[in-house]
Amino acid sequence: MKNSIYMDYAATTFIKKEVLEAMYPFLTEEYANTSSIYSFSSKSKMAVDNSRKNIAEAINADRDEIYFTAGGSESDNWAIIGTALANRKKGNHIITSEIEHHAVLNSCKYLEANGFRVTYLGVDSRGLINLAELNDCISEDTILVSIMYANNEVGTIQPIESIGEICRNKKVIFHSDAVQAVGNIPIDVKNSNIDLLSMASHKFYGPKGVGALYIKKGTKIDSYIHGGAQERKKRAGTTNVAGIVGMGRAIEIAIDNMPSEYERLSQLRDKLITGLLKIKSSKLNGVEGSGRLPGNCNISFENVEGDMLLAILDTYGIYASSGSACSAGSIDPSHVLISMGLSKEMAKGSLRLTIGSKTSEEDILYVIEKVKDAVAR
Amino acid sequence: MNKKVVVGMSGGVDSSVTAYLLKEQGYDVIGVTMQVWPEDEEYEAREGGCCSLSAVEDARRVAFKLGIPFYVLNFKDTFKDKVIDYFIDEYMQGRTPNPCVACNKYIKFDELLKKAMALGAAYVATGHYAIIEENNGRFLIKNSKDDKKDQTYALYNFTQFQLAHTLMPCGTYKKEKIREIAKEIGFEVHNKKDSEEICFIPDNDHGAYIKRQKPNQVRQGNFVDKEGNILGKHKGIVYYTIGQRKGLGIAFGVPMFVTDIIPWKNEVVLGSEEDILKTELVAKDINFIPFDILDEPFEVKAKIRYSSKPSSAIIYPIDENKVKVIFKEKQRAITKGQSVVFYDGDVLLGGGVIESIL
Repeated sequence: MKNSIYMDYAATTFIKKEVLEAMYPFLTEEYANTSSIYSFSSKSKMAVDNSRKNIAEAINADRDEIYFTAGGSESDNWAIIGTALANRKKGNHIITSEIEHHAVLNSCKYLEANGFRVTYLGVDSRGLINLAELNDCISEDTILVSIMYANNEVGTIQPIESIGEICRNKKVIFHSDAVQAVGNIPIDVKNSNIDLLSMASHKFYGPKGVGALYIKKGTKIDSYIHGGAQERKKRAGTTNVAGIVGMGRAIEIAIDNMPSEYERLSQLRDKLITGLLKIKSSKLNGVEGSGRLPGNCNISFENVEGDMLLAILDTYGIYASSGSACSAGSIDPSHVLISMGLSKEMAKGSLRLTIGSKTSEEDILYVIEKVKDAVAR
Repeated sequence: MNKKVVVGMSGGVDSSVTAYLLKEQGYDVIGVTMQVWPEDEEYEAREGGCCSLSAVEDARRVAFKLGIPFYVLNFKDTFKDKVIDYFIDEYMQGRTPNPCVACNKYIKFDELLKKAMALGAAYVATGHYAIIEENNGRFLIKNSKDDKKDQTYALYNFTQFQLAHTLMPCGTYKKEKIREIAKEIGFEVHNKKDSEEICFIPDNDHGAYIKRQKPNQVRQGNFVDKEGNILGKHKGIVYYTIGQRKGLGIAFGVPMFVTDIIPWKNEVVLGSEEDILKTELVAKDINFIPFDILDEPFEVKAKIRYSSKPSSAIIYPIDENKVKVIFKEKQRAITKGQSVVFYDGDVLLGGGVIESIL
């Protein structure tokens, strides 16, 4: 039996061996700056180009529409603030949801403090936004809609194609924070009418500190990081070759594995959910089945304190999470769960377990047993 | 035998060395920082919140160095209820509270002990300077080896159950020795200043703090003499305590002291030093440690505040909850809301909250 069981894949993932191997040359001999002319930089240039292609393929975009960033948060900030500033002559209204990641929410708050108007759509008890509400909310002033592809806390997958259609009909730019979805479920930006899409490498077994923003050709968006001419003059900064190579290899592997992993993880997840729901006064947060990310399980327990639960599980070597952790490490009730209608108490007593590549059936059974024990205390 | 202990780690030198000492003694140590500060942006901006986060990081570093697990656990609700709200209410009612006494009673040795047990520990430990001993089946608290740092005053509410499950290894050391140990082990916090302010009011300006929490209720009022003649204006009763001479904002030519606070009239009474020298008081919410109930009068040494020297007195039982205390010598500025704590030699007998002065 393992000493520790990692159940927090939604927070981050380990770097797969093949990814590390792909990165290694670019951390050692191939250290050239890709903005240079000499032949020394050709391997690096090609490697970055290759990654760009892989990422584009993964979401059915063109390679010219992929721009590398320093991660999901930067992609979100760029998408939202960059679009707002570029289109502010057209309007100053932005629509997003209450359950977005803080990178989206805080970017919106920043815009509110700078003359923009933001509507935060609520969600129902399953975590889904109301399409009619979105439709009605779009006015002539609206320049951007930002709705996350799948939620990081409860795994709920939004009706992205329908949202895309509404936005296309109303001619509003559609951004989706797909950080949790990429690598786990199939994404097709053309089919779904998505204009901007955020991705983060460390969620699909790539290195931390690198991500991407898909920007559909023709989308009006200001640069966010100003400086040199990298990323077609849209995002400055010496190219993070190793990181980008890692991200590219990681997504390649993820796409290859997706059909089988989706099945395997969904089954394990459902087993976990079923086992945990046997505990008294427990409730599943989010949707069941295919409307939920294959690796996500989020359960609330009545009369339980989330932070104590996590500490007890930690003493068993089980690494899980709950709510949104602040830097000090103690938990405040999740804004997502509150938005879904949970009481503060139930929200505080929530446990998020997310599984991935190394999770086995044994792990699931062990975790169920230990959670039962911890909840009892 | 369960030798698991949860150490309440504040990020300061004493609790850091406590964790080290217990680990050396063979205990299975778990470090916990109690998150008690209210967490909202406004509070952080006003109260300089970042400091509280750095205390957690100090604790985390110590835990990492010792190789012990470390968690930050949420105590905000109980702390707000039992310590912060109590603190504000007492001042609003013209009394001077002692938040550390409340925190020890309800948080450190109650809530924290319960969570420690849920984590599988048999004990909770802190960096307090006090000695816990067992004597014929009864647990006692005694003065620590360091008289200047002795903290037994704030510990009089302990029950036998709590004492049976609490460890305070710093009690048998002097403060300098604790700092020395910290330095030897290589703790960065070895020369960290001792915290002397109220933990949830970093700038120690309790008057301003209460005014912010209760916006329209802290109002200017009259300074009066004991006959009721108006002498001037005060900032709000929460800014004053019995015996206070400085900060009155008026010069009288002779030293004037706060002798009483009348909340329902919003008045602060000023008088001479004579007026605040008294010998008798009644205390409520009494707790005794070496025995359960006081049956008959007892000769003790008593302190009417943290910083006073223990002074000879006799305590008389009134009922299960109250005692009368009669001092041999006049005491200066006995204050409602403060605790009166009794000693028999170096043994902490118990104490209670000063309810009235006779």
